[in-house]
Amino acid sequence: MNQPRVLSAYMMLLRRDVTLAYRNRAELANPPLFFVLVVSLLPLGIGPDSALLGKIAPGAVWVVALLATLLSLDNIFRSDFEDGALELLLISPQPMPVLVLAKVTAHWLIAGLPLLIFALPLALMLYLPWRALPVLIATLALGTPVLSLIGAIGVALTVGLRRGGLLLALLVLPLYIPVLIFATSAVSAAAAGLPVSGQLAIMAALLILALTLAPLAAAAALRIALN
Amino acid sequence: MNEALSDMDAAAPRLEVRGLACTRGERLLFTDLNFSLAAGQALLIEGPNGSGKTSLLRLMCGLGLADAGEIRWCDRDVDDYRTEFLTDIAYVGHANGIKLDLTARENVDFTRALGCPRPQLAAAGALAALELKRLEDTPCRKLSAGQRRRVALARLLVLNARLWLLDEPLSALDARAVLRFEALLRAHLDDGGLLILTTHRPIDLGQYEVKRIVLGA
Repeated sequence: MNQPRVLSAYMMLLRRDVTLAYRNRAELANPPLFFVLVVSLLPLGIGPDSALLGKIAPGAVWVVALLATLLSLDNIFRSDFEDGALELLLISPQPMPVLVLAKVTAHWLIAGLPLLIFALPLALMLYLPWRALPVLIATLALGTPVLSLIGAIGVALTVGLRRGGLLLALLVLPLYIPVLIFATSAVSAAAAGLPVSGQLAIMAALLILALTLAPLAAAAALRIALN
Repeated sequence: MNEALSDMDAAAPRLEVRGLACTRGERLLFTDLNFSLAAGQALLIEGPNGSGKTSLLRLMCGLGLADAGEIRWCDRDVDDYRTEFLTDIAYVGHANGIKLDLTARENVDFTRALGCPRPQLAAAGALAALELKRLEDTPCRKLSAGQRRRVALARLLVLNARLWLLDEPLSALDARAVLRFEALLRAHLDDGGLLILTTHRPIDLGQYEVKRIVLGA
Protein backbone atom coordinates (compact mmCIF):
# COMPACT_ATOMS: atom_id res chain seq x y z
CA MET A 1 0.00 0.00 0.00
CA ASN A 2 1.75 3.10 -1.14
CA GLN A 3 1.07 6.57 0.22
CA PRO A 4 -1.26 8.02 -2.45
CA ARG A 5 -3.75 5.15 -2.14
CA VAL A 6 -4.03 5.65 1.62
CA LEU A 7 -4.55 9.37 1.11
CA SER A 8 -7.23 8.80 -1.52
CA ALA A 9 -9.02 6.33 0.76
CA TYR A 10 -8.94 8.96 3.51
CA MET A 11 -10.37 11.60 1.19
CA MET A 12 -13.05 9.25 -0.20
CA LEU A 13 -14.28 8.26 3.25
CA LEU A 14 -14.26 11.89 4.41
CA ARG A 15 -16.21 12.94 1.34
CA ARG A 16 -18.64 10.05 1.73
CA ASP A 17 -19.42 10.94 5.34
CA VAL A 18 -19.85 14.63 4.59
CA THR A 19 -22.13 13.76 1.64
CA LEU A 20 -24.21 11.47 3.85
CA ALA A 21 -24.53 14.19 6.48
CA TYR A 22 -25.53 16.71 3.83
CA ARG A 23 -28.25 14.38 2.53
CA ASN A 24 -29.51 14.02 6.11
CA ARG A 25 -29.61 17.74 6.79
CA ALA A 26 -32.19 17.47 9.57
CA GLU A 27 -29.74 15.50 11.68
CA LEU A 28 -26.92 17.83 10.69
CA ALA A 29 -28.65 20.75 12.39
CA ASN A 30 -29.07 19.03 15.76
CA PRO A 31 -25.79 19.81 17.60
CA PRO A 32 -25.62 23.52 16.63
CA LEU A 33 -29.33 23.91 17.34
CA PHE A 34 -28.91 22.42 20.81
CA PHE A 35 -25.94 24.74 21.37
CA VAL A 36 -27.85 27.87 20.33
CA LEU A 37 -31.04 26.97 22.23
CA VAL A 38 -29.38 26.14 25.56
CA VAL A 39 -27.00 29.11 25.55
CA SER A 40 -29.78 31.53 24.64
CA LEU A 41 -31.97 30.18 27.45
CA LEU A 42 -29.30 30.99 30.06
CA PRO A 43 -29.78 34.79 30.19
CA LEU A 44 -33.52 34.24 30.39
CA GLY A 45 -33.08 32.03 33.42
CA ILE A 46 -30.35 34.00 35.15
CA GLY A 47 -31.47 37.53 34.42
CA PRO A 48 -29.96 40.37 32.40
CA ASP A 49 -27.11 41.15 34.81
CA SER A 50 -24.23 41.89 32.42
CA ALA A 51 -21.48 41.50 35.02
CA LEU A 52 -22.73 38.07 36.14
CA LEU A 53 -23.37 36.84 32.60
CA GLY A 54 -19.91 38.00 31.46
CA LYS A 55 -18.38 36.06 34.34
CA ILE A 56 -20.14 32.77 33.57
CA ALA A 57 -19.98 33.13 29.75
CA PRO A 58 -16.76 31.12 29.21
CA GLY A 59 -18.01 28.22 31.29
CA ALA A 60 -21.53 28.36 29.86
CA VAL A 61 -20.39 28.34 26.22
CA TRP A 62 -17.89 25.56 26.81
CA VAL A 63 -20.13 23.28 28.88
CA VAL A 64 -22.90 23.49 26.30
CA ALA A 65 -20.44 22.96 23.43
CA LEU A 66 -19.17 19.87 25.22
CA LEU A 67 -22.66 18.47 25.72
CA ALA A 68 -23.60 19.23 22.11
CA THR A 69 -20.57 17.23 20.98
CA LEU A 70 -21.45 14.40 23.35
CA LEU A 71 -24.96 14.20 21.89
CA SER A 72 -23.64 13.89 18.35
CA LEU A 73 -20.87 11.38 19.08
CA ASP A 74 -22.91 8.26 18.45
CA ASN A 75 -23.21 9.21 14.77
CA ILE A 76 -19.51 8.55 14.20
CA PHE A 77 -19.83 4.77 13.99
CA ARG A 78 -23.44 3.82 14.79
CA SER A 79 -25.01 3.88 11.32
CA ASP A 80 -21.99 2.18 9.72
CA PHE A 81 -22.20 -0.49 12.40
CA GLU A 82 -25.89 -1.10 11.78
CA ASP A 83 -25.76 -1.43 7.98
CA GLY A 84 -22.58 -3.51 7.87
CA ALA A 85 -20.40 -0.81 6.29
CA LEU A 86 -18.11 -0.83 9.34
CA GLU A 87 -17.22 -4.49 8.73
CA LEU A 88 -16.20 -3.61 5.20
CA LEU A 89 -13.99 -0.78 6.45
CA LEU A 90 -12.31 -3.19 8.87
CA ILE A 91 -11.53 -5.78 6.21
CA SER A 92 -10.38 -3.24 3.63
CA PRO A 93 -6.63 -3.34 3.07
CA GLN A 94 -6.31 0.30 4.18
CA PRO A 95 -4.91 0.97 7.66
CA MET A 96 -7.86 1.25 10.05
CA PRO A 97 -6.48 4.20 12.10
CA VAL A 98 -6.42 6.31 8.92
CA LEU A 99 -10.04 5.42 8.19
CA VAL A 100 -10.99 6.23 11.79
CA LEU A 101 -9.25 9.59 11.42
CA ALA A 102 -11.28 10.26 8.26
CA LYS A 103 -14.52 9.52 10.10
CA VAL A 104 -13.51 11.73 13.04
CA THR A 105 -12.54 14.56 10.66
CA ALA A 106 -15.96 14.30 9.06
CA HIS A 107 -17.62 14.36 12.49
CA TRP A 108 -15.70 17.47 13.47
CA LEU A 109 -16.59 19.25 10.23
CA ILE A 110 -20.26 18.39 10.77
CA ALA A 111 -20.64 18.81 14.54
CA GLY A 112 -17.60 20.77 15.74
CA LEU A 113 -17.02 23.50 13.18
CA PRO A 114 -20.56 24.96 13.38
CA LEU A 115 -20.04 25.46 17.14
CA LEU A 116 -17.10 27.77 16.39
CA ILE A 117 -19.28 29.88 14.12
CA PHE A 118 -22.27 30.09 16.47
CA ALA A 119 -20.09 30.72 19.54
CA LEU A 120 -19.31 34.25 18.41
CA PRO A 121 -22.82 35.79 18.54
CA LEU A 122 -23.73 33.71 21.59
CA ALA A 123 -20.69 34.91 23.54
CA LEU A 124 -21.58 38.51 22.69
CA MET A 125 -25.11 37.87 23.88
CA LEU A 126 -23.66 36.75 27.23
CA TYR A 127 -21.60 39.98 27.53
CA LEU A 128 -18.25 38.24 27.18
CA PRO A 129 -15.68 41.07 26.82
CA TRP A 130 -14.58 41.71 23.25
CA ARG A 131 -10.92 41.04 24.01
CA ALA A 132 -11.75 37.45 25.08
CA LEU A 133 -13.54 36.55 21.83
CA PRO A 134 -10.45 35.53 19.81
CA VAL A 135 -9.32 33.35 22.71
CA LEU A 136 -12.76 31.71 22.95
CA ILE A 137 -12.62 30.83 19.26
CA ALA A 138 -9.03 29.63 19.62
CA THR A 139 -9.95 27.33 22.52
CA LEU A 140 -12.90 25.95 20.57
CA ALA A 141 -10.71 25.41 17.50
CA LEU A 142 -8.16 23.51 19.57
CA GLY A 143 -10.62 21.82 21.92
CA THR A 144 -13.52 20.54 19.81
CA PRO A 145 -11.28 18.26 17.67
CA VAL A 146 -10.02 16.74 20.93
CA LEU A 147 -13.63 16.13 21.99
CA SER A 148 -14.35 14.36 18.67
CA LEU A 149 -11.17 12.27 18.86
CA ILE A 150 -11.65 11.13 22.46
CA GLY A 151 -15.33 10.56 21.76
CA ALA A 152 -14.45 8.25 18.88
CA ILE A 153 -12.70 5.91 21.31
CA GLY A 154 -15.76 5.84 23.54
CA VAL A 155 -18.14 5.23 20.65
CA ALA A 156 -15.90 2.51 19.23
CA LEU A 157 -15.99 0.73 22.60
CA THR A 158 -19.77 0.99 23.03
CA VAL A 159 -20.97 0.61 19.43
CA GLY A 160 -21.69 -3.09 19.89
CA LEU A 161 -23.96 -2.46 22.89
CA ARG A 162 -27.62 -1.83 22.36
CA ARG A 163 -27.98 0.87 24.99
CA GLY A 164 -24.51 2.35 25.23
CA GLY A 165 -25.56 5.99 25.64
CA LEU A 166 -25.06 6.36 29.37
CA LEU A 167 -21.93 4.23 29.37
CA LEU A 168 -20.53 6.40 26.60
CA ALA A 169 -21.05 9.54 28.72
CA LEU A 170 -19.44 7.87 31.75
CA LEU A 171 -16.44 6.77 29.69
CA VAL A 172 -15.87 10.00 27.85
CA LEU A 173 -16.78 12.81 30.28
CA PRO A 174 -13.82 12.29 32.67
CA LEU A 175 -11.50 12.56 29.69
CA TYR A 176 -13.21 15.77 28.59
CA ILE A 177 -12.59 17.50 31.93
CA PRO A 178 -8.97 18.63 31.25
CA VAL A 179 -10.09 20.22 27.97
CA LEU A 180 -12.94 22.01 29.75
CA ILE A 181 -10.72 23.27 32.59
CA PHE A 182 -7.95 24.66 30.41
CA ALA A 183 -10.32 26.16 27.86
CA THR A 184 -12.50 28.02 30.35
CA SER A 185 -9.49 29.16 32.35
CA ALA A 186 -7.94 30.57 29.15
CA VAL A 187 -11.10 32.47 28.23
CA SER A 188 -11.58 33.80 31.78
CA ALA A 189 -7.95 34.91 31.89
CA ALA A 190 -8.32 36.68 28.55
CA ALA A 191 -11.45 38.44 29.81
CA ALA A 192 -9.45 39.65 32.83
CA GLY A 193 -6.64 40.83 30.56
CA LEU A 194 -4.15 38.16 31.68
CA PRO A 195 -1.81 36.16 29.40
CA VAL A 196 -3.24 32.90 28.03
CA SER A 197 -0.34 31.33 26.13
CA GLY A 198 0.18 28.67 28.84
CA GLN A 199 -3.37 27.30 28.65
CA LEU A 200 -3.40 27.42 24.86
CA ALA A 201 -0.08 25.58 24.68
CA ILE A 202 -1.47 22.81 26.90
CA MET A 203 -4.60 22.60 24.74
CA ALA A 204 -2.44 22.31 21.62
CA ALA A 205 -0.48 19.54 23.33
CA LEU A 206 -3.75 17.75 24.18
CA LEU A 207 -4.80 18.03 20.54
CA ILE A 208 -1.54 16.53 19.27
CA LEU A 209 -1.73 13.74 21.84
CA ALA A 210 -5.33 12.92 20.86
CA LEU A 211 -4.55 13.18 17.15
CA THR A 212 -1.75 10.62 17.39
CA LEU A 213 -3.19 8.16 19.89
CA ALA A 214 -6.99 8.27 19.57
CA PRO A 215 -7.21 6.82 16.01
CA LEU A 216 -5.05 3.87 17.08
CA ALA A 217 -7.11 3.28 20.21
CA ALA A 218 -10.44 3.62 18.39
CA ALA A 219 -9.32 1.24 15.62
CA ALA A 220 -8.33 -1.36 18.20
CA ALA A 221 -11.61 -0.85 20.06
CA LEU A 222 -13.62 -1.35 16.86
CA ARG A 223 -11.84 -4.62 16.20
CA ILE A 224 -12.90 -5.83 19.66
CA ALA A 225 -16.45 -4.48 19.33
CA LEU A 226 -17.04 -6.30 16.05
CA ASN A 227 -15.49 -9.60 17.08
CA MET B 1 6.21 -5.74 2.03
CA ASN B 2 6.12 -5.13 -1.70
CA GLU B 3 8.41 -8.04 -2.31
CA ALA B 4 6.15 -10.30 -0.28
CA LEU B 5 3.19 -9.06 -2.28
CA SER B 6 4.75 -9.95 -5.63
CA ASP B 7 5.77 -13.34 -4.25
CA MET B 8 2.18 -13.97 -3.35
CA ASP B 9 0.95 -12.89 -6.75
CA ALA B 10 3.25 -15.37 -8.42
CA ALA B 11 2.08 -18.31 -6.32
CA ALA B 12 -1.07 -20.09 -7.43
CA PRO B 13 -3.80 -19.01 -5.03
CA ARG B 14 -4.48 -21.70 -2.53
CA LEU B 15 -6.37 -21.58 0.71
CA GLU B 16 -5.72 -23.99 3.50
CA VAL B 17 -7.49 -24.16 6.84
CA ARG B 18 -6.08 -26.33 9.58
CA GLY B 19 -7.62 -27.27 12.91
CA LEU B 20 -9.92 -24.26 13.10
CA ALA B 21 -12.11 -23.99 16.20
CA CYS B 22 -14.61 -21.34 17.20
CA THR B 23 -16.79 -20.79 20.25
CA ARG B 24 -19.48 -18.18 20.70
CA GLY B 25 -20.03 -17.46 24.36
CA GLU B 26 -20.24 -20.86 25.99
CA ARG B 27 -21.26 -22.70 22.86
CA LEU B 28 -18.78 -24.61 20.71
CA LEU B 29 -19.63 -23.95 17.06
CA PHE B 30 -17.03 -26.13 15.42
CA THR B 31 -13.70 -27.65 16.25
CA ASP B 32 -10.82 -29.13 14.28
CA LEU B 33 -12.16 -27.89 10.96
CA ASN B 34 -9.87 -28.67 8.01
CA PHE B 35 -10.30 -27.91 4.34
CA SER B 36 -8.33 -26.65 1.41
CA LEU B 37 -9.34 -24.86 -1.74
CA ALA B 38 -7.45 -24.30 -4.98
CA ALA B 39 -7.98 -21.99 -7.94
CA GLY B 40 -11.29 -22.61 -9.69
CA GLN B 41 -12.85 -24.44 -6.75
CA ALA B 42 -15.85 -23.49 -4.69
CA LEU B 43 -16.70 -24.40 -1.12
CA LEU B 44 -20.27 -24.59 0.05
CA ILE B 45 -20.77 -24.29 3.81
CA GLU B 46 -23.94 -26.03 4.89
CA GLY B 47 -25.74 -26.43 8.16
CA PRO B 48 -28.88 -25.45 10.03
CA ASN B 49 -29.50 -21.92 11.33
CA GLY B 50 -27.11 -21.00 14.11
CA SER B 51 -24.56 -23.68 13.26
CA GLY B 52 -21.75 -21.17 12.74
CA LYS B 53 -21.73 -20.57 8.98
CA THR B 54 -21.56 -16.79 9.32
CA SER B 55 -19.04 -17.08 12.15
CA LEU B 56 -16.81 -19.19 9.92
CA LEU B 57 -16.97 -16.64 7.10
CA ARG B 58 -16.26 -13.73 9.46
CA LEU B 59 -13.37 -15.68 10.88
CA MET B 60 -11.99 -16.29 7.40
CA CYS B 61 -11.79 -12.56 6.67
CA GLY B 62 -10.36 -11.68 10.07
CA LEU B 63 -13.45 -10.07 11.61
CA GLY B 64 -13.67 -12.78 14.23
CA LEU B 65 -10.99 -14.48 16.28
CA ALA B 66 -10.45 -18.22 16.07
CA ASP B 67 -9.92 -20.15 19.29
CA ALA B 68 -7.45 -22.45 17.58
CA GLY B 69 -6.10 -23.30 14.17
CA GLU B 70 -4.62 -21.37 11.32
CA ILE B 71 -5.64 -20.08 7.91
CA ARG B 72 -3.01 -20.19 5.19
CA TRP B 73 -3.24 -18.30 1.92
CA CYS B 74 -0.64 -19.07 -0.76
CA ASP B 75 1.29 -21.11 1.85
CA ARG B 76 1.57 -18.24 4.31
CA ASP B 77 -0.19 -17.72 7.62
CA VAL B 78 -2.65 -14.88 7.00
CA ASP B 79 -2.03 -13.46 10.48
CA ASP B 80 1.48 -12.50 9.35
CA TYR B 81 0.41 -11.10 5.98
CA ARG B 82 -2.91 -9.52 6.87
CA THR B 83 -2.75 -6.56 4.45
CA GLU B 84 -1.78 -8.70 1.46
CA PHE B 85 -4.51 -11.20 2.30
CA LEU B 86 -7.11 -8.46 2.62
CA THR B 87 -6.28 -7.13 -0.87
CA ASP B 88 -7.11 -10.62 -2.14
CA ILE B 89 -10.53 -11.10 -0.57
CA ALA B 90 -13.96 -9.66 -1.22
CA TYR B 91 -16.71 -10.22 1.34
CA VAL B 92 -20.45 -9.76 1.09
CA GLY B 93 -21.93 -10.37 4.50
CA HIS B 94 -25.42 -10.81 5.79
CA ALA B 95 -25.85 -7.04 5.92
CA ASN B 96 -25.39 -5.38 2.56
CA GLY B 97 -22.95 -2.78 3.83
CA ILE B 98 -24.22 -0.20 1.39
CA LYS B 99 -25.20 3.33 2.41
CA LEU B 100 -28.88 3.94 1.67
CA ASP B 101 -28.42 7.68 1.13
CA LEU B 102 -25.82 7.14 -1.59
CA THR B 103 -26.64 6.09 -5.13
CA ALA B 104 -25.75 2.64 -6.39
CA ARG B 105 -22.83 4.05 -8.35
CA GLU B 106 -21.48 6.04 -5.38
CA ASN B 107 -21.58 2.91 -3.25
CA VAL B 108 -19.63 0.87 -5.78
CA ASP B 109 -17.17 3.71 -6.41
CA PHE B 110 -16.47 3.87 -2.69
CA THR B 111 -15.60 0.17 -2.66
CA ARG B 112 -13.19 0.78 -5.53
CA ALA B 113 -11.44 3.60 -3.65
CA LEU B 114 -11.12 1.55 -0.49
CA GLY B 115 -9.87 -1.72 -1.90
CA CYS B 116 -7.66 -2.88 -4.69
CA PRO B 117 -9.77 -2.11 -7.78
CA ARG B 118 -9.81 -3.90 -11.08
CA PRO B 119 -8.56 -1.26 -13.51
CA GLN B 120 -10.60 -2.42 -16.48
CA LEU B 121 -14.00 -2.43 -14.77
CA ALA B 122 -15.65 0.78 -13.58
CA ALA B 123 -18.69 0.95 -11.33
CA ALA B 124 -21.03 1.36 -14.31
CA GLY B 125 -19.84 -1.92 -15.83
CA ALA B 126 -20.31 -3.83 -12.59
CA LEU B 127 -23.81 -2.46 -12.12
CA ALA B 128 -24.69 -3.29 -15.72
CA ALA B 129 -23.55 -6.88 -15.14
CA LEU B 130 -26.24 -7.15 -12.46
CA GLU B 131 -28.88 -5.37 -14.54
CA LEU B 132 -28.81 -2.19 -12.49
CA LYS B 133 -27.81 0.13 -15.32
CA ARG B 134 -31.09 2.07 -15.21
CA LEU B 135 -30.88 2.49 -11.45
CA GLU B 136 -27.28 3.52 -11.02
CA ASP B 137 -28.11 7.11 -10.05
CA THR B 138 -31.01 6.20 -7.78
CA PRO B 139 -30.43 6.51 -4.03
CA CYS B 140 -30.30 2.99 -2.61
CA ARG B 141 -33.06 3.90 -0.13
CA LYS B 142 -35.49 3.80 -3.05
CA LEU B 143 -34.39 0.34 -4.23
CA SER B 144 -36.11 -2.91 -3.31
CA ALA B 145 -34.43 -5.49 -1.07
CA GLY B 146 -33.34 -7.57 -4.04
CA GLN B 147 -31.97 -4.56 -5.88
CA ARG B 148 -30.00 -3.51 -2.80
CA ARG B 149 -28.59 -7.00 -2.62
CA ARG B 150 -27.50 -6.71 -6.24
CA VAL B 151 -25.70 -3.42 -5.49
CA ALA B 152 -23.84 -5.21 -2.69
CA LEU B 153 -22.93 -8.06 -5.06
CA ALA B 154 -21.77 -5.59 -7.74
CA ARG B 155 -19.01 -4.56 -5.32
CA LEU B 156 -17.43 -8.00 -5.85
CA LEU B 157 -16.87 -7.33 -9.51
CA VAL B 158 -14.89 -4.10 -9.17
CA LEU B 159 -12.35 -5.56 -6.75
CA ASN B 160 -9.26 -7.41 -7.87
CA ALA B 161 -9.91 -10.12 -5.30
CA ARG B 162 -9.31 -13.81 -5.96
CA LEU B 163 -11.17 -15.17 -2.94
CA TRP B 164 -14.86 -14.34 -2.64
CA LEU B 165 -16.57 -14.90 0.70
CA LEU B 166 -20.34 -14.74 0.37
CA ASP B 167 -22.90 -15.05 3.15
CA GLU B 168 -26.29 -16.01 1.70
CA PRO B 169 -25.66 -14.13 -1.57
CA LEU B 170 -28.94 -15.24 -3.10
CA SER B 171 -31.23 -13.90 -0.39
CA ALA B 172 -33.92 -11.62 -1.83
CA LEU B 173 -32.81 -12.22 -5.43
CA ASP B 174 -35.43 -13.17 -8.02
CA ALA B 175 -35.00 -16.17 -10.32
CA ARG B 176 -33.59 -14.11 -13.18
CA ALA B 177 -31.04 -12.39 -10.95
CA VAL B 178 -30.01 -15.76 -9.50
CA LEU B 179 -29.25 -17.09 -13.00
CA ARG B 180 -27.28 -13.97 -13.80
CA PHE B 181 -25.31 -14.13 -10.56
CA GLU B 182 -24.54 -17.84 -11.04
CA ALA B 183 -23.02 -16.95 -14.43
CA LEU B 184 -20.85 -14.32 -12.70
CA LEU B 185 -19.74 -16.90 -10.12
CA ARG B 186 -18.78 -19.32 -12.89
CA ALA B 187 -16.84 -16.54 -14.66
CA HIS B 188 -14.99 -15.85 -11.40
CA LEU B 189 -14.06 -19.53 -11.04
CA ASP B 190 -13.09 -19.59 -14.70
CA ASP B 191 -10.62 -16.74 -14.05
CA GLY B 192 -8.93 -18.91 -11.42
CA GLY B 193 -10.84 -17.40 -8.52
CA LEU B 194 -11.87 -19.16 -5.33
CA LEU B 195 -15.28 -19.06 -3.78
CA ILE B 196 -16.65 -19.79 -0.33
CA LEU B 197 -20.35 -19.35 0.22
CA THR B 198 -23.24 -20.25 2.45
CA THR B 199 -26.69 -20.67 1.03
CA HIS B 200 -29.96 -22.36 1.79
CA ARG B 201 -30.98 -22.30 -1.86
CA PRO B 202 -29.68 -24.70 -4.50
CA ILE B 203 -26.94 -23.13 -6.58
CA ASP B 204 -25.70 -24.27 -9.96
CA LEU B 205 -22.00 -23.77 -10.64
CA GLY B 206 -21.86 -25.93 -13.78
CA GLN B 207 -18.77 -28.03 -14.29
CA TYR B 208 -16.79 -26.44 -11.44
CA GLU B 209 -15.89 -28.56 -8.48
CA VAL B 210 -17.96 -27.74 -5.42
CA LYS B 211 -16.64 -28.96 -2.08
CA ARG B 212 -19.03 -29.13 0.82
CA ILE B 213 -18.63 -28.93 4.56
CA VAL B 214 -21.51 -29.41 6.94
CA LEU B 215 -21.45 -27.57 10.25
CA GLY B 216 -23.43 -28.54 13.32
CA ALA B 217 -23.77 -32.13 12.15
